[in-house]
Amino acid sequence: MNDKMPITLTVNGEVVSQHVSPRDTLADFLRSALQLTGTHLGCEMGACGACLVLIEDRPIHACLMFAVQADGMVIETIEGLNDRGIIADLQEAFHQRNALQCGFCTPGMLVTAYHLVKTDQASSRELIRDGLSGNYCRCTGYEAIVDAIEKVASARKADAGRVASEEVGA
Amino acid sequence: MSAPLHSIDRPNSYIGRSVTRPNAKRLLAGRGRFVTDLVLPRMLHAAFVRSPYAHARIVSIDSTDAKAMPGVRLIATGENLRQLCKPWVGKLDHFKGMKSSEQWPLPVDKAVWAGQAIIAVVADTRAQAEDAAEAVMVEFEELPAVVDIDAARAPASEIIAPELGTNLCFNLRLDTGGIDDVFASAKHVVEDELHFGRHTAVTMEPRAILADYNASEHQLTVHHATQTPYQFQDLYSRHFGIPEANVRVIAPDIGGSFGMKLHVYNEDMAVIGLSMMLGRPVKYVADRLESFLSDIHARDHRVRARLAMDEGGKIIAMDVDDVTAVGAFSSYPRSSVVEGNQVVRLIGAPYNFKDYRAELSVVFQNKVQTSQYRAVGHPIACAVTERLVDMAASRIGLDPFEMRARNVIPDGAYPCASATGFKFEALSHEACLVRLKAMMNYDALRQEQAELLKQGIRRGIGIAAFVEITNPSPAFYGIGGAHISAQDGAIIKVTPSGDVQCLISVTEMGQGTETIIGQIVAETLGVEREQVKVITGDTEITPHGGATWACRGAGIGGETALQGTKRLKLNILSVAAAILQEKPERLDIRNGQIVDADSGQQRIALAEVARIVYFRSDTLPPDTNAQLTVAHHYAPQGYPFAFTNGVQASYIELDAETGFVKLLKHWVVEDCGRVINPMLVDEQVRGGVVQGLGAAFLEECLYDETGQLTNGSLADYLVPMAVEMPDIEIAHVETPTRDTELGAKGCGEAGTAAAAAAALNAVNDALASLNTSISQIPMTPARLLRALGHA
Amino acid sequence: MKARAFSYVRPTSVGDALGAYAQADDASFIAGGQSLVPALVMRLQAPSLLVDISRIESMKGIALHDGWLRIGALTRHFETLTDPLIQKHAPLLSEAAPYVAHPAIRNKGTLGGSVALADPAAEFPAIMLALGAEMEIAGAAGSRRVAADDFFIDLYQTALEPGELLVALHVPVVKEGQRWAFDEFARRRGDYAVVGGGVIASFDGGKVGDVRIVFISVGSTPVRVKAAEQALIGNSLDIGAIQRAQQALETELDPPDDKDMTSTMRMHLARVLLGRLLERVRKSA
Repeated sequence: MNDKMPITLTVNGEVVSQHVSPRDTLADFLRSALQLTGTHLGCEMGACGACLVLIEDRPIHACLMFAVQADGMVIETIEGLNDRGIIADLQEAFHQRNALQCGFCTPGMLVTAYHLVKTDQASSRELIRDGLSGNYCRCTGYEAIVDAIEKVASARKADAGRVASEEVGA
Repeated sequence: MSAPLHSIDRPNSYIGRSVTRPNAKRLLAGRGRFVTDLVLPRMLHAAFVRSPYAHARIVSIDSTDAKAMPGVRLIATGENLRQLCKPWVGKLDHFKGMKSSEQWPLPVDKAVWAGQAIIAVVADTRAQAEDAAEAVMVEFEELPAVVDIDAARAPASEIIAPELGTNLCFNLRLDTGGIDDVFASAKHVVEDELHFGRHTAVTMEPRAILADYNASEHQLTVHHATQTPYQFQDLYSRHFGIPEANVRVIAPDIGGSFGMKLHVYNEDMAVIGLSMMLGRPVKYVADRLESFLSDIHARDHRVRARLAMDEGGKIIAMDVDDVTAVGAFSSYPRSSVVEGNQVVRLIGAPYNFKDYRAELSVVFQNKVQTSQYRAVGHPIACAVTERLVDMAASRIGLDPFEMRARNVIPDGAYPCASATGFKFEALSHEACLVRLKAMMNYDALRQEQAELLKQGIRRGIGIAAFVEITNPSPAFYGIGGAHISAQDGAIIKVTPSGDVQCLISVTEMGQGTETIIGQIVAETLGVEREQVKVITGDTEITPHGGATWACRGAGIGGETALQGTKRLKLNILSVAAAILQEKPERLDIRNGQIVDADSGQQRIALAEVARIVYFRSDTLPPDTNAQLTVAHHYAPQGYPFAFTNGVQASYIELDAETGFVKLLKHWVVEDCGRVINPMLVDEQVRGGVVQGLGAAFLEECLYDETGQLTNGSLADYLVPMAVEMPDIEIAHVETPTRDTELGAKGCGEAGTAAAAAAALNAVNDALASLNTSISQIPMTPARLLRALGHA
Repeated sequence: MKARAFSYVRPTSVGDALGAYAQADDASFIAGGQSLVPALVMRLQAPSLLVDISRIESMKGIALHDGWLRIGALTRHFETLTDPLIQKHAPLLSEAAPYVAHPAIRNKGTLGGSVALADPAAEFPAIMLALGAEMEIAGAAGSRRVAADDFFIDLYQTALEPGELLVALHVPVVKEGQRWAFDEFARRRGDYAVVGGGVIASFDGGKVGDVRIVFISVGSTPVRVKAAEQALIGNSLDIGAIQRAQQALETELDPPDDKDMTSTMRMHLARVLLGRLLERVRKSA
């Protein structure tokens, strides 16, 4: 029962092969075996959202999966999102608006924010708050986070509109 | 001295600006450094066997099977750890007559709360430690559990600590005299009994500690998720008999604390001992279930209160009885009594009356220990006061704003003292009330409320005035005998490349301490803030100081940094003057350049001065005393506390059929003196308000009659989430303190101090049209349904 | 919170999954894991073998067949919001989905998992009951279909025998003119409902034809309130009919007292909720 099993998966664009105990969660695997400590453990039962990672580009609780279940999957953590530059506008907006204090919930918040903006679920404050319903923050009271996401969603839409009209106009 | 005026056009003017936090970038990149992230060579993991009973004698322990399990390195009992650690008692001398029993890292004789750590298991992995913990066999003899505040004080009650002879931890009476007569002859008396739910902090990062005892050097290094590394350095040194110089406590990034991470926990003390026994690093991270079970609780009060008023609507007296349930022993080193003490001394604080009586009873229970948690006592004092004030207003048909206007201490009346003896330097209740009323468009809201009521929609508006204790002097803990510093220290230096480093004893938990210190240093010195690095939280590197609690970081830490930087600037100008053959008083520093003070003409770069001092001291004029590093300590003088004040308002909609409440909006007008960074202050206020709203509607630790915590998980203890929380509008009045040159007071707890009170008044405002009321928080749907007659 | 050790297999067919389970002393199936993993890490459950069924292709997919929508048990919650067939033919599912936990849970949790667990506070089991769905079960003796009315037996107990697998959910497609509503009273978005309910009704010349009314968080299973349904059938959905339906709840619901609410309060909320749901259906004409 304690025998380790081999898994191969892609994490932040890199193929990783390791041996894991079946009971190791994906979160523990990422943090420990791969030393990607940006994914945080706030509750280990899928209630707080601090452990969110992207699988198939959807936010998933890394604490609610065993690493063995992730064999063959493509995973992206906050580090991957950061290094790719794909959340730079969100990070900047969070920073400018001080949409974080202690920072423990922040990686999970950014994963959720990334998804909300990408899938056009951030077009109103109400929708944003709804999208954040699974991300617990004890420090900010949420308003600054909503402000930051609203700003990015709005800016991206404006950019898309500008690009579209440029394409048409040209 | 009053704070100097700063033109916003002046270069390097940062104080008063909403600038961003340099140390937030790594948190946004997922590169935070929390204790839970740290790995040391040969590190082991601890788990604990916990008592299933609230009160039970430990009869026997058999760890034979557990010791043989894979990865297990050590199993330690209370008996093992008492060989290494001196016991503690959570008493403070200035709480006369206070009682509490001696505590060890792990108990030897009996468990006194359900979930108390009894035995420590250390293994290669946390999972293995948990496996082995399940295999430890403990025989208990169950004892009657003390779980009720009245039964606990009854003659026939089980006594938790027989050596004390009582379950009463502390009793206090305040009495200005003649109260019964005042009430007997008063035109109006209103009274109520209010119940407050027991709370827990629910920080995102649970408690975490990594202790590394190196026997070869008799050196203990502790990476500790704590607000106050200095307190723990002293404490570990004294209790474990390691010289203070050999104890290093490092507080890296902290994932939220709100006061919870200030206190001594049995598990943490055990982990120090475990590392000493093994000579290897031992890490313990409380999982979320353990957090609910073993983090300090707070705010478990039953308050009976009455208020006397004359026919003109003037408050003339208050009379209060507060019974609070703590744990089985008083917490250490800050005690479990401070909260109740603050409740009875803060009740009525915004108001102009002299006659006051209060009785406080702090009662032991077979539950987890309680201690200071954000806004310590203020939420209860404010809710009690503001509820009674609203009831009084209602009795004579006065609008709530009008009631406050008639009764708050006038803005011109200072300095003065509260009926409980708190000395107020200068508060601004009137100005804040005026500002709030305008900001929320109160008259329009009342109109809207009336219109909607015709359609059967019940809205409620509630306000709450408050004062807040900040910048405490040694009167707070020092006089009680606790080694909790009320002073702070900073070492500020110019580096060889002309940058600036400030090592300071106040600490960062995400509220922005490092940022505001950087703003103060940069502005005071005359450099860009990008050149200033602020370092906190390491007893080996930063001076010993009070760290962060009771909203002291900005006011006391800020003043420390300000004064130290002024001295550094004098030193720099002295050297520059020597280099330039100029008089120092003719020079200034702006944008990192030494300039002619009058003309602004650049004379020499700070970087160049540094280069010369560090690398070409041979070129300095003889007898030049180049001191580019300054150490400065500051202890608060003057008022024992720098009180702040404010007023909050809550606008809600009550679904009278279901008891569910929707939070529509919230407002805060706050006066925390000189605001160093408006954005950071406002975000502290917002976060605090939401914690207060959590208290008002969602949060309570529920115990059954055997002392079991029945809702100890994130699914059952409800914390505020995004959908239910309102947007919060904030404005400021600024009344600087004259006790410091900076003039800043604290703000971290203000949001929590009055949010629940405002919400309670708002809900009661909505219930008034149905001739019912509620006097308990959290205001759950069940309690509201009961008030509405649907029980 | 670390789970006890277990062995792990990941079969690729229903047959292999059933076989693996049967051979073990004490096995659990795992699909989305959103309810099982917390139970494992809290050590409330400790199977010796985890049989991961999440990649069995025959349990996936959504297809229309003969007036029924076959929804593979491994369909994830979020798909009820994005799949065009579900949105068109089983819109009550899409209506309930936003109430189910949180977005990230919905990205991994499965319909089959939710229905097989049958938490009395869960939305999807109740929706199956409201729709009159049929559960396709694979067991050692072969495959069978069980109607929703017969599927939910007691607390966490369904018609599934240990070792059997819920393979698919068959949902009758929504008919022209049917109207529905779902809602719940919950402390916070995504929390288990304090009381929740769903209604789906067909109309015949302005009068209620078929109607199914279900409640969650009122007992040990999702509950269908036939007496309330009877009070509506053959009548116009007017205020009088709605009140009679509300009164009929007395005879059918008997929620227990619990730490959050008394039975009386829950009954009261159920009445209020039913009134609001029926009002919404009435107005949606």
